[in-house]
Amino acid sequence: MSNAPQLIGSSGDSLREAFGKALVGLADEFPNLVVLDADVAGGTGAHNFRTAHGHRFYQFGIAEQNMVAAAGGMAATGLIPVVTTFAVFALRALEQARLSVAYANRNVKIVASHPGLDVGPDGASAQCLEDLAAFRAIPNMTVISPADQIETELATRAMIEHVGPVYMRTGRSPTPRIFGSEHTFKIGKGQIVRDGTDVTIVACGVQVARSLDAATLLNGEGISARVVNMATIKPLDHDLLQRCAIETGCMVTAEDHNMFGGLGGAVAESLVQRSPCPVEFIAVNDRFGQSGEPDELVQHYNLGITHIADAARRAIKRK
Amino acid sequence: MTTSPSHPDLRETARLIRCHSIASIYVATSGHPGGALSAADLLAYLYSAEIGDEEPRDGDLTRNRFILSKGHACPALYAALAVKGQISPTDPLQLRKLGSTMQGHPHVGALPHVETSTGSLGQGFSAALGMALGIRHQGGSGRVYVMLGDGEMQEGEVWEAAQCAAHYKLDKLTAILDYNKMQSDDLNENIIGLEPLADKWRAFGWHVVEIDGHDFAAIEAAVAEAKRTTGKPTLILAHTLKGKGVSFMENYPTWHGSVTMSLDDTEKSLIDLGVAQSDVPGWLDGTIHGGHTQ
Repeated sequence: MSNAPQLIGSSGDSLREAFGKALVGLADEFPNLVVLDADVAGGTGAHNFRTAHGHRFYQFGIAEQNMVAAAGGMAATGLIPVVTTFAVFALRALEQARLSVAYANRNVKIVASHPGLDVGPDGASAQCLEDLAAFRAIPNMTVISPADQIETELATRAMIEHVGPVYMRTGRSPTPRIFGSEHTFKIGKGQIVRDGTDVTIVACGVQVARSLDAATLLNGEGISARVVNMATIKPLDHDLLQRCAIETGCMVTAEDHNMFGGLGGAVAESLVQRSPCPVEFIAVNDRFGQSGEPDELVQHYNLGITHIADAARRAIKRK
Repeated sequence: MTTSPSHPDLRETARLIRCHSIASIYVATSGHPGGALSAADLLAYLYSAEIGDEEPRDGDLTRNRFILSKGHACPALYAALAVKGQISPTDPLQLRKLGSTMQGHPHVGALPHVETSTGSLGQGFSAALGMALGIRHQGGSGRVYVMLGDGEMQEGEVWEAAQCAAHYKLDKLTAILDYNKMQSDDLNENIIGLEPLADKWRAFGWHVVEIDGHDFAAIEAAVAEAKRTTGKPTLILAHTLKGKGVSFMENYPTWHGSVTMSLDDTEKSLIDLGVAQSDVPGWLDGTIHGGHTQ
C-alpha cells in the first residue's frame, strides 16, 4: 500500500469544476486541444475554458449527436476535441461515439458531468445510471471515473496525453477530498487506498469516499476492509483485482450506476475468469432514479456508507 | 447530357465506376447497386477534378477531402479509387470479404482513402462538418465534399449539422445530395416525404444549386459555384436516377437494398453499360467468380 489516504474533508470542489480548471491549465501545452459544448458549459466546467480560450471553444447548441460525430471529423484534422455534456446526453450520442469516434479510432475525449444520481432534484430524465455500461461496451473506448478533485486533474491530463477515444465521468456535487498532492494516476491502474485483510471494497467516483468511511465503520467492529480506487473501468486492472481476491477472499463493488454492466459487472467478469470469490454489488438495483437531494437519493437507493458496510459483512459471510 | 469541357474522359470514368461497382457487388453476393449507380457520375467528377492523389493524412490541411455519408453506396467509392489508380483494379472484388480493406460500409481503419467510417446515416455529414471546422481552425485551405443520400434527410442529425454548418459559415463545406427519390423500402414520398427540399436547405442558411446529377457540365458548374460562394455552405441538389445506366435497375427500389446479383443480372448489366467482360479486371481469369457460389 502506498500513499495512505486521509479524508481531508467534505468541502472539496466538484469534479466538474476540477476538470474545467485542469483543462484551462493544459491549453498551452496542447495547442491542438479544442473544447466542444452543447449549451451546458456552465454545468460541465467547460465555461472556464470558454472564458480563457474562447477561440478554441466551439458551441454546437443542443445537438449532441452532431457534436460527437463532428468531433470525430475535427480529430481527423489533427485536433484533440474534448466534448463536454451531461452524462445522459452523451448517452444520447452513443452511436455517434461508437461509429464516428471509436470505430474510426479518433482522438476524441468525451467528458460527462452529472452522472449517476448525483444530479438530484432534476430527476431521472437528467440522471444517468447507464453510461459506464454503455461506453465500456464500445471497442477502443477507455472509460475513466475519478474519485476526487486531485484525481480529476490528473486524469484530465492523462486523458489528453492518451491517444485514442476516452469517456470520462466527472460529477456535479462537491466531493470529499481524498488524495493529497502526491497522488498519482495512470490509465488502467487501480490503487489500494486503504489496506485490509478481510474484504476488498472496489469503488469508483463518488463511492470511493463513502467506501473509505465504510471501512472505518467496519474497523470499529474488528473487520479489516481494504479499499481499492478503480478509477479506470476500462481497461480494468485485472492483476490488482486478482491479488485482492486472493488476499482478502471476497469483494464488494460500489458505484453510482445501475448494477448491470458498470464497475460491478466489469469486476465480476474479471474475477470469474481469474480468481472467483464472493462479490456483493453496491449499485442502483435496476431502477430509474427520481427527484431528491443527492444525499437522500444515496440513502433511498442503498448506496450509502452503512449499505456498503452491510455488503461487506454479507461478502465475508459467503467466503 | 453534356460532358465537361475540361474533363473529356468523365463519361468513360463514370462507365468504369459503374462496371466495377456491379462486378464487386456480384462477387460479394451482396451490396447496394441502385445508389452506387445513381452516384457514379458525381463521383467521377469529384475524383477527376476535386480530390487529389495525395496519401490521405490527418494533418494535411491543404488537400480536399471527400466523405461518403451514404456509406451503403461504397462500391462506387471503391470503384472511383480503383479507376483513379489509388487502389488496385482488382481491390473492389474483395468487397465485403473477411479481412478486406473493402468493408461493406466504408471504414477508415481498413482503407485510409476513406476519411471516416460511415454507414449509419447522418454521421458522415457531421464528420465532414467537423473536418471543415478543424481545417479552418488551423488555417488550412482544403475543401470538404460530402455526399448525402435522400433517405438520409430523414435523420435528425442531418439538420443538426446543417444548422451548425450555416452558423459557422463553413463556405468550404459542400454537400452533394444524390437525389434519386428512392430509399430502402420504397419511394421517399411513400416513406416520409422530403419536399420542398431545396427550400428547406435555403431556410437552414445554405446556398443551394439544383442540377441534373448526370450532366457533367452542370456538375462542373455547380462545383464552381460552390467554390465561389462565400459566407455559407453550399448544397448541390443533384437530381439522379436510381440504378442509372442499367436498364432493368433504373427506378426500381428493389435494387436499392443489399441484393444478390445473379450471373445473368451481372452480364445484362455489363451489356447495358457497354462493357465487355474482358474489360472487367478479374472476370476472365476466374478471380471474379472466386467468392461466388455458382
